[in-house]
Amino acid sequence: MDILIDYPAWGRGLAGGVMIGVSALLLMASQGKIAGISGVVGGLLPAGQADQRGWRLRFLLGLLGGALLVQWMTGQPVTTAIPAPLGLMVLAGLVVGVGTRMGSGCTSGHGVCGLGRRSPRSLVAVMVFMGVAVATVFVMRHVVGA
Amino acid sequence: MKSTLMVVLSGLLFGAGLAVAGMTEPTRVLGFLDLFGTWDPILAFVMGGGVAVTMPGFALLMRQPRPWHALRFDWPTRRDIDPRLVGGSALFGLGWGLAGFCPGPAIAGLVTGSMAVVAFVLAMLAGMMAHDRWLRA
Repeated sequence: MDILIDYPAWGRGLAGGVMIGVSALLLMASQGKIAGISGVVGGLLPAGQADQRGWRLRFLLGLLGGALLVQWMTGQPVTTAIPAPLGLMVLAGLVVGVGTRMGSGCTSGHGVCGLGRRSPRSLVAVMVFMGVAVATVFVMRHVVGA
Repeated sequence: MKSTLMVVLSGLLFGAGLAVAGMTEPTRVLGFLDLFGTWDPILAFVMGGGVAVTMPGFALLMRQPRPWHALRFDWPTRRDIDPRLVGGSALFGLGWGLAGFCPGPAIAGLVTGSMAVVAFVLAMLAGMMAHDRWLRA
């Protein structure tokens, strides 16, 4: 296995990770809520609790603002290369939507927050979604050869 | 007022953090998930940085009586490892591996106005609603 050596990107990754961690701490310290994006978004949908919509909406508006701010400051779009054709992106979106609701979390809720709480449930979730994602990329890139 | 400011600031830090870390670039994330090509360790730094903050921080918060602007902490309480946790996480991993987007980066990526990102997010919302309607336990 070759490893991509990119020290500046590693530094940015670490800095961004710390920012995400501080964000999760701030939300818990202030509101007592877990900063799991699938949970925050899911709670806004029709089945969610009406009295919990306010903070969820403000948090997501802040999230969009943060991304916009970085895009504006760097002069670079935050998303450039889309890896898959549109149909596959739609299928992937559907599966991510069902999966994160069924598994009660994603990379932020189970990853950054759940691992931070040393939750065994989240550790299992992270190992499963990482494992399946690695297997999926292997099949797509090295078997199907996309 | 102060409470609203804290939530918005928290969201702002989250979105900026995702963008700074490069997580809004699906090719970067797929580079991390591709253990059998040229492996890009980036996501390990992001997760490591995040957990390095939340682990000591949450431990401190767990000893506090209540949050600044709410009546109580809503810490998740479930500890069982059930088929829904494993199956749901597996489905999520499949979608994540196909697109290189998980929910946070996809939503942050909406600021580019990319049609593919919009399509992913709309499909994700549809999937969440379908789950809540038909697959909720």
